[in-house]
Amino acid sequence: MCTVCGCGTEGGHDHSHGDLHFGHGPAGTQVAGMDQARLIEIETDILSKNDRFAGANRQMLRGKGVFAVNLVSSPGSGKTTLLCKTIEAMGDQPLAVIEGDQQTANDAERIRATGAQAVQINTGKGCHLDGHMVGHAMEKLDIASGSVLFIENVGNLVCPAGFDLGEDCKVAILSVTEGEDKPLKYPDMFTAAKLAVLNKIDLAPHCDVDLDLYEANLRRVNPGIEVLRLSARTGEGMRQWIEWLQANRDRKGAQSAERNVREEGAL
Amino acid sequence: MHEMSLCQSVREVIEDQARVQPITAVKTVRLEIGRFFCVEKQALEFAFDVVMRGSVAEGARLEITDLPGRAMCYDCMKEVEIDDRLAPCPVCGGGMLMPVAGDEMRIKNLEVI
Repeated sequence: MCTVCGCGTEGGHDHSHGDLHFGHGPAGTQVAGMDQARLIEIETDILSKNDRFAGANRQMLRGKGVFAVNLVSSPGSGKTTLLCKTIEAMGDQPLAVIEGDQQTANDAERIRATGAQAVQINTGKGCHLDGHMVGHAMEKLDIASGSVLFIENVGNLVCPAGFDLGEDCKVAILSVTEGEDKPLKYPDMFTAAKLAVLNKIDLAPHCDVDLDLYEANLRRVNPGIEVLRLSARTGEGMRQWIEWLQANRDRKGAQSAERNVREEGAL
Repeated sequence: MHEMSLCQSVREVIEDQARVQPITAVKTVRLEIGRFFCVEKQALEFAFDVVMRGSVAEGARLEITDLPGRAMCYDCMKEVEIDDRLAPCPVCGGGMLMPVAGDEMRIKNLEVI
């Protein structure tokens, strides 16, 4: 039984490679009787349970000084290709990958083919990863101190915006073929992101897109968002992306080290 | 699908309550939802009926109160109330607004017997 949440198994249904499958359990039942009407004040955030799992994940990652990015996008924006190229570019720097999809372990297999460790979460009917799933996936990985953890969310520009996984930040990937108004159509996701990667810019000359308009629309829904223009295929912009990751990872590592020293001092 | 999992979370909160105090049936569930929270109310109402089946909240009424959406305007640096996520700033007409409130979704209370 799971010691974190008491969920009965070690987080869903476990297959080879330690991949995780959720969304198969039946609902429980309760029997109603009769009493007098009364009001129970709850005042609880509906996502509070998820937030508790996410908080536990965040604490674990902070203890190890791991920088975790939650990669979000619509399906087909090039998340997995960007990840494979990122792993290649990072060489022997420590990292780990959690892959989220409704079905198949294809993405985790693509990641493992690069030599990196990856665990696949299949959400079953679910349209997003949640803190509970990611907590179990983290248990399956040997996450080194000072590494980068990439969490590739289910391709979906709506639901993953609302679910904290314990990550340091969300990175939204937007390919240039998706239309300049994508940020306006799905503002929540781009508001929640710290960085937007404008991917597949090698295709821009072939599909009459206005990259400046993409950026203007991103800033309209999130005035503070950082934007990187990139092509995972040609490698253009990859250097800036890797530098961005390294700078954030190093900052996280330094903050965690300081905090660990402070906490030890307080004991 | 998203609405289903939100209702599942509501059910879990109700079942947690039912474990710590006697609840024979839930008559009404009152939610507060911010204007910017990405949820479709009709889908939520539909999902609510489905998800609550077989629980103490089966057949309960769902009441939803809207909470206002507030955003910081990066042009005039004022905090303003807007109805729509993409609405311009009502003070200066600026178009760069960062939400500061209105993305919450809370269970306010339960009316139970």
